[in-house]
Amino acid sequence: MAAFASGKRYLSQRSAPIDLRFVGYAAACVALMFFDQRGGWLESVRYGLRATAYPLELALSSPSAAWRFTREIFEERAALQAENRALRDENRKLQLLAMQRARLERDNAELRALATGATDVVEQWLPADVIGSETTSLKQRLTVDRGAVNGVFEGQAVIAGAGLIGQSLRVGPWSTEIILLSDPEHAVPVQLTRTGVRTLALGSGESGLLSLPYLPLQTDVRAGDQLITSGLGGVFPAGIPVAEITEVRRDGNSPLAQVRARAYAAFDRDRIVSFIWPRAAHPATGGKPRAERGGDPDARKLPVTEPEPAR
Amino acid sequence: MKLPRQGRMRAAFVMLIAFVLQSIPLPTALDVVRPPLLVLAVVYWSLRAPGIGGIGSGFLAGLALDVYRGALFGQYALATTLVAYVGVRQHLLIRNQTPFQQGLFVFASLVAWEFVVWLIDGWTGQPTGNWSRWLPVLSGTVAWPLVAWLLERGDTHAQR
Repeated sequence: MAAFASGKRYLSQRSAPIDLRFVGYAAACVALMFFDQRGGWLESVRYGLRATAYPLELALSSPSAAWRFTREIFEERAALQAENRALRDENRKLQLLAMQRARLERDNAELRALATGATDVVEQWLPADVIGSETTSLKQRLTVDRGAVNGVFEGQAVIAGAGLIGQSLRVGPWSTEIILLSDPEHAVPVQLTRTGVRTLALGSGESGLLSLPYLPLQTDVRAGDQLITSGLGGVFPAGIPVAEITEVRRDGNSPLAQVRARAYAAFDRDRIVSFIWPRAAHPATGGKPRAERGGDPDARKLPVTEPEPAR
Repeated sequence: MKLPRQGRMRAAFVMLIAFVLQSIPLPTALDVVRPPLLVLAVVYWSLRAPGIGGIGSGFLAGLALDVYRGALFGQYALATTLVAYVGVRQHLLIRNQTPFQQGLFVFASLVAWEFVVWLIDGWTGQPTGNWSRWLPVLSGTVAWPLVAWLLERGDTHAQR
């Protein structure tokens, strides 16, 4: 009863106008809505209220923010490690790709040089990768990955880069040993382009260096002269660039000039060489049919790279 | 009885808590079924102590919701004022009912509350959403016994 009475007291004090108060509040709400909908001038009020609510919003979002923060801290290490690992892998892959790309660029450049280095006496050419080399003062040899099955025959001219590099010496089924121009046992018949003098260029045993020991003292030869193959001897077709004279020494002790030349082909750097097949009917080859110059006739029928169209 | 002073503080505090709980960001899946705790608190104080809470507190709580939810200014205020008014008006009757019947009253209040908001949304051309907007009415009704029990407990503790 007391509770009821106290409630009644509240009611008598406050609830007599309770309907009125409700109507008042409701009217206020409707007015607010009306002005908010129509005028938009309540925007500033709302703006202010939002500003006062901002600390509250901050506080409201803080638990989730704190949770995220701690989780990030704990995940950070693992995530960074994983990311690091991924980046390492990626980097390794990219480095490999970069290396491959650089190699392809070099290959391309060398192949272009080969294609332009082949003169029109060349009928076919077959690129081969260098897979081994031996360059001592007694032996200057290369091993390449093409052999009899590719049509390579013994005593075949081999060019690389800007000029002649040697000839095939021992032909295996899948690989070939090439004796380089600079091998002490090798000699190549050459011709000086400026004067037309023919002589032999012997290997010096030093990589890329040739010596011309059979030129008499009075021969017109000087540093800078160019040597090409003369086409004599039947191995090398005529006209292939060989070397450039670097040094001519004449002293009274010998009746011969001591002449040294540097080969155009970079023996220690070229990684692609090219076997060439001279045009059989070309006068520079001596008119001999190819089959007579050795090699396996059956093997030659196997496909080899088509030559650049002769210009 | 020192209800008015202390009680007012307590009511304000409880409503602040309810507002915070109703506004804390939650994942959407939980957010759709979150009970309108602030409205429940208003209903509770209207029934329990009309002199403390009452229409004014409903109006203020509604305004807070308006601001926080970015609704039309006065929209939630009107709905919550209405709920508070009905609660205050009928508190003597409702108090004497069984808990189940009180639950029914709360359900009706929440339906009316959401209905007013929905109505105003529709009139003013706001998007009215789909059926999922009525989920808080159900969850609020389900949560009501717990809320009432907790607040009741707090009251008896405070009065001791």
